[in-house]
Amino acid sequence: MSKKKSGSTIIVAILAVAVLLFLYLPIIVVVLYSFNSSSISSFPMSGLTLKWYVVMFHNEALITALTNSIEVAVIATTLAIVIGVPSAYGVYKLKFRWKKFLEKVVIIPMMLPGIITGISILSFLQMVGIIQGVLAVILGHTTFLLGTVFPQIYTRLRQLDRNIEEASTDLGGTGIQTFFYVILPNIKTAIIGAALLSVTLSIDEIPVTFFLNGVFTTLPIQIYGMTRNGFTPEINAICTIILVASVAVILISNKISREEA
Amino acid sequence: MEKTKKYSYGTKRFIQFGLIAPLVIWLVLFLIIPYLNLFVNSFWTNGVFGVQHKFTLENYTKFFTSGSGSNKPIMVLLDTLRISVIVMICTILISFPLVYFINFKVKKNKQLFYMLAIIPLWVSYIMRAYSWRIILGTNGMLNSFLIWSGITSKPIDAFLYSNGSVIIAMVHIYTPFVLMPMYTAMEQIPKNLIEASKDLGCGRIRTFIKVLLPLSIPGVLTGGTYALALSMGDFLAPNLLGGPTSSTKISNIVQMQFGTSNNWPYGAAIAIIIFLVVLMIITILGKLEKHFSKLEEAGR
Repeated sequence: MSKKKSGSTIIVAILAVAVLLFLYLPIIVVVLYSFNSSSISSFPMSGLTLKWYVVMFHNEALITALTNSIEVAVIATTLAIVIGVPSAYGVYKLKFRWKKFLEKVVIIPMMLPGIITGISILSFLQMVGIIQGVLAVILGHTTFLLGTVFPQIYTRLRQLDRNIEEASTDLGGTGIQTFFYVILPNIKTAIIGAALLSVTLSIDEIPVTFFLNGVFTTLPIQIYGMTRNGFTPEINAICTIILVASVAVILISNKISREEA
Repeated sequence: MEKTKKYSYGTKRFIQFGLIAPLVIWLVLFLIIPYLNLFVNSFWTNGVFGVQHKFTLENYTKFFTSGSGSNKPIMVLLDTLRISVIVMICTILISFPLVYFINFKVKKNKQLFYMLAIIPLWVSYIMRAYSWRIILGTNGMLNSFLIWSGITSKPIDAFLYSNGSVIIAMVHIYTPFVLMPMYTAMEQIPKNLIEASKDLGCGRIRTFIKVLLPLSIPGVLTGGTYALALSMGDFLAPNLLGGPTSSTKISNIVQMQFGTSNNWPYGAAIAIIIFLVVLMIITILGKLEKHFSKLEEAGR
């Protein structure tokens, strides 16, 4: 810091700020225009109002979609945690031939474009006679959420000190006791983190849901439909609320993981 | 671990495999079988009486021969690839100065700056795609700003509903995916390596080109892979921000086959082609990444 700021530093700083502006501009615009009194998003804004928030809360389709999304997110996240956490522990403990393969397969839906996963599951469910709707959406969501829960828990387990487990068995703990009293408390924050991430991912998901929902709407699908049919400013309002909620979630999960460290 | 006396070795293995079984069953049922099923479906055809379960390569030949000019599916695929590469390059170019700045120029509150940079990743996809319509639309912010400030007298339609708006939105959406691995990679570059380079008489620019750039390539490639693969399969941004025909991307054709065109086997075949292209991209970039990581290891 004793050095004088050079020209290149200033250029880098300007570029960095410009990039941050680019990343934030659209978000700021949506938040600002959610309070805009005119329904046209012109510049400068025509005045401040809260009416779009009122309109939004009276839009039944939107509220239904929101509750649907929360329902799917909670169920799919629970399933992904219940399946993903024990299996990550099992894969961590065991050596078997297909281990590397399993680790790769589970993250496929996260690597590949959602549309491929979406139509694959759609075709399969149609074949076995499950129609599009809430069940199909939950099955789809759980599948891609496993792709984020599993690697997060697995990574945390591999960072654990092997000695704590040995200590537990030396003291006579059974496998199940070791898991519940030694392993689980140590990966607690990773589980909470994975769950929070899963809920946000699920509530935000479109490409897989798009092919599985049928008449069952989720929030982003509903918003997508609304934006296709022209401009409705209450979208700004609902987006602002989601934004505040998701930023709150990140801050909480960040705080939890920092307490760990 | 063999000290546990309560269970025999066999029972123990059984319990441990019981932990993995639900995951394996789930993945087989809802991932592996669906993917294989899609692959099989791609060799069937749509007949008058529904899907004909007879092996044929018709869908694949249709992909390469049907249509004309830029409407040919194969041309759309190449166009999508072109747009995705542009998106990838832009996301990398945009991320670099920000990551560089946070890593080397910010002395205090590094973590805070990093959080600031990645918060947009957590903002809902639909919100980010849609916000560009508010900005770029005919009656949108940019146009009314230009009219208000007297730069133009009539709104410019070309901002929205073009490849340009699709690219801008995708760059915005996928930049944080590139930012994160790039940051991790740059964070791991030992600071004394840069000092050493300077001590050995390399200038700022030479240090940057000879030391910093090669060492951040693995992170750049990881992020770039995400940006490229995800924009290859994005059908929503083109729908929301693209023009009626000019911005039709390969995934939009798939979406149509499962929607209005109602030709699932053909849609399956195109999806398999996208899958193969994406797999190829991931493999090539993954190989490159390994290559550069090895160089890095050797350099240490």
